[in-house]
Amino acid sequence: MTAISTETSHISRTSGIPFILKKAFLSACVALVLFSLMIGIRTEAGPDGQLTFWTRFGDLASIVGAVFGGSILIELLRQWIGPSGAEKLVPPAVQKGISLAGSFLGPALLVFTLLVPVIFYNQRYILDLAILVLTYVMLGWGLNVVVGLAGLLDLGYVAFYAVGAYSYALLATNFGWSFWVCLPLAGMLAACWGVMLGFPVLRLRGDYLAIVTLAFGEIIRLVIINWQDLTGGPNGVSGIPRPTLFGIPLDNSDDGLAAKLGIEYSPTHRIVFLFYLILALALLTNWVTIRLRRLPIGRAWEALREDEVACRALGINTTTTKLTAFATGAMFGGFAGAFFATRQGFISPESFTFQESALVLAIVVLGGMGSQLGVALAALTMIGGFELFRGLETYRMLVFGMAMVLIMIWRPRGIIGHRAPTVYLTKSQAISSDLVKEGHG
Amino acid sequence: MDYFAQQLINGLVLGSIYGLIAIGYTMVYGIVGMINFAHGDIFMIGGFIALISFLLLVSFGLTAIPLILLVVLVVAMLVTALYGWTVERIAYRPLRHSFRLAPMLSAIGMSFVLTNYSQVAQGARVKPVPPIITGGYTLHEGAEGFAVQLSNMQIMVVVVTIALLTMFTWLVSRTRLGRDMRACEQDQTMAALLGVDVDRTISMTFVIGAALAAVAGMMYLLYYGQVDFFMGFVAGIKAFTAAVLGGIGSLPGAVLGGLAIGLIETFWSAYFSVEYKDVAAFSILIIVLIFMPTGLLGRPEVEKV
Amino acid sequence: MSAATNSQILGVDQLTMRFGGILAVQELSFAAERGKITALIGPNGAGKTTVFNCITGFYKPSGGSIRLTHENGGHFAIERLKDFRIAKQAKIARTFQNIRLFPGMTTLENLMVAQHNMLMRASGFTFLGLIGVPSYRSAEQDAIDLATHWLKRVGLLDRADDAAGNLAYGDQRRLEIARAMCTGPALLCLDEPAAGLNARESAALSELLLSIRAEGTSILLIEHDMSVVMEISDHIVVMDHGVKIAEGSPREVRDDPKVIAAYLGADEEEAMAVMESGS
Repeated sequence: MTAISTETSHISRTSGIPFILKKAFLSACVALVLFSLMIGIRTEAGPDGQLTFWTRFGDLASIVGAVFGGSILIELLRQWIGPSGAEKLVPPAVQKGISLAGSFLGPALLVFTLLVPVIFYNQRYILDLAILVLTYVMLGWGLNVVVGLAGLLDLGYVAFYAVGAYSYALLATNFGWSFWVCLPLAGMLAACWGVMLGFPVLRLRGDYLAIVTLAFGEIIRLVIINWQDLTGGPNGVSGIPRPTLFGIPLDNSDDGLAAKLGIEYSPTHRIVFLFYLILALALLTNWVTIRLRRLPIGRAWEALREDEVACRALGINTTTTKLTAFATGAMFGGFAGAFFATRQGFISPESFTFQESALVLAIVVLGGMGSQLGVALAALTMIGGFELFRGLETYRMLVFGMAMVLIMIWRPRGIIGHRAPTVYLTKSQAISSDLVKEGHG
Repeated sequence: MDYFAQQLINGLVLGSIYGLIAIGYTMVYGIVGMINFAHGDIFMIGGFIALISFLLLVSFGLTAIPLILLVVLVVAMLVTALYGWTVERIAYRPLRHSFRLAPMLSAIGMSFVLTNYSQVAQGARVKPVPPIITGGYTLHEGAEGFAVQLSNMQIMVVVVTIALLTMFTWLVSRTRLGRDMRACEQDQTMAALLGVDVDRTISMTFVIGAALAAVAGMMYLLYYGQVDFFMGFVAGIKAFTAAVLGGIGSLPGAVLGGLAIGLIETFWSAYFSVEYKDVAAFSILIIVLIFMPTGLLGRPEVEKV
Repeated sequence: MSAATNSQILGVDQLTMRFGGILAVQELSFAAERGKITALIGPNGAGKTTVFNCITGFYKPSGGSIRLTHENGGHFAIERLKDFRIAKQAKIARTFQNIRLFPGMTTLENLMVAQHNMLMRASGFTFLGLIGVPSYRSAEQDAIDLATHWLKRVGLLDRADDAAGNLAYGDQRRLEIARAMCTGPALLCLDEPAAGLNARESAALSELLLSIRAEGTSILLIEHDMSVVMEISDHIVVMDHGVKIAEGSPREVRDDPKVIAAYLGADEEEAMAVMESGS
């Protein structure tokens, strides 16, 4: 079977119907073995604990049939497009067009985003979704500093998100501190945790780094679950104060914003405020990141990604360079976490699972490592797409996972496949991502 | 002392299961240099396949326990191996020479797919099985009424683990396939030039890893008496931790790491707190890696300048 | 301290490097004069690169000392410095046998990274730079000017905005030298800079190195291309099997029977090269 499947990539477009049918038949056989037990038989725990089962041969047959048909279809498509597969779906001319449009796309997207609350004022669902997307844009931009610029693989980014969220939640509920005091504190605390994580991992490379960051993320989550006195354990923290507009609450009380302005109160005010709040935070992240890239520290991050040994030979302290990358990324994660806490009003460890880390990482990689616009587009695609499939209920994660696989196969280098230089003499030329290294961390 | 001995037994049994899963991680890492994030879910699928085939055999009226176990083991290994093969074929092979994070994300995606596939196919509820292997031995009767128990179940887990480990160690060290694997580990291009079918060898690596994960899945099912669709995640990261702890790429390291994690977890639960057992396992991983950045048995990475 | 007079920039004393049971370098001592080009030659496996890696801090020597003295008398015990501090404080810059540029960054960016420490201070460790103080902007402009200067010197000015990974092999070699020079080194260590270059490029390289020496930077060189070594070196140290077998001016080394024997024993072609370049 293996031999046949590998041959397909070399076979010319003239290969005939018998070949296609044979391949489809084999695929169907594989599907039959894979699914006969898992789909054909359905198990369930009975009322008194014993296990029962029933058969679903109809479902099994239709799935195997679908694999057979799908296999024929894919093979036909492949022969029609050509042997090199999905890469060619986007011709170079179009790619060039995309990158050209990219220079206009950014500002256009920004203007549109600014107008979202105006356009969709009465559509609460869209506003909520937009806030969610912006939260992930911010998280993506934050992680981009670590993964995209410094080339350090971080699988536990959600830990900093959690630290930020719990910092705000606990400070606000226990001491009554306002959001605007807690926000920088949450960022700083997260940055401290970033440095704490940074220290042990400094010497690690590649997948060792990946597992340690993952472990760190899990440790934070497990501690949150189990340290019930402080964090409320699995029940989480509720009653987290809503943010205020520099002291003016956005409610229908007498000293609320609506009353002060003499307009009628509407709960949408708060949503719109939250929208602009997260937009401002995200844009701050973006601005700082863009600035940092043009400063020596940012160039050192990118140089670290390209070649750590060469960095040391040039007198760059790779230790502090890595730590600042971790701290900066963590700080933005902390800000996003504080925002998340104030927006939800309730947080629990369930919001800070590995899935979140994977999602943010997927956004960064799909965006094209290091590209700010790419990350924003990827967040929009992933979170927006995820929402589109809400109707699919339990199938949603299934579709999401498949989409992740397909997108990676389609564009392993992400949406924006080039890097913009940070300084130039005569003209700024985009650098193809084929040259850009991915870091070893 | 008796309590200690009992925990030692429990820890070794748990560690055997982790070790079996860890081998899949380590083999795949050794040959293609990627973390197969879906491997934990392959273990979970193995558990489900074992459960379903067990159920079918019993409903066909089979009563001979050893025969049932043997058939279940074979079916679970074969079907799960095919899952491993398919995952590699669909999600990893197209990205073989791509940039390093792409296969990793593809693997994470595949892990989501498998988790939710079994949730959709078999429902979200925990699936219990009655204890199949019962009885055991009392090794030592303590003065305070505490007895060190060694159940038949535990004996079986350890025996099966050792038997399969020996078999697969022989496979990768003595056979043609094993030689091809080691050749691909060193240099895929050169191996291909010398007539090694690289694609096939890599596929076989995934197949073997998945088969061992299926064994682990079955042992888990028998030992804990239940499976659920989410068990792959935690077991997966623990086993991966074990593989890294032992030194990723090293087969004995994976087993050693598995035993270490199993023991750490068991002893921590027994003497400190159950809640923080995973924290303990992960913390020890971090500490070990600080002082031995390539794990216990990993080859030190020499930086060529 | 007694041995290090100020005319000597680098003093290697009893340097020993052991890898497991293998003795790669054994009690090697030599000195490099300030403002001179010192070459380290020897057959393959003689331990040259190991010595180099000890001097530039990538290996910690198993024994012996390496002392670097600045013109103003400041001195550094290299074997005790952390790797990046050797470049930062002792001002030793190096290139690599297998070119190590930042391929995904432009030529200019490569040279800007080399001025990291200066720019870091100018940017107030990022904080002042973030708010965009004028002093940082002028420092950055100075850095660009220095980079432009070196791009001109190595003939890469028109490639300033191209990705370093896109440059031809010979250009990459020269860019690596320019990058090392942008750190403002006291001692420039070159690991086989002429490897893979054609005759014309080698000649241009010799010229570049001589001009760098003329401006006061001392050079330590490992090289296989004997025409380059014999042409530009002031002093040559010959190693074989981890020990020094000869030392002296190009002429002295060339006529040394031990050197010829070492090369003949190791590699006929290289021995011929040594003898031919003498005739």
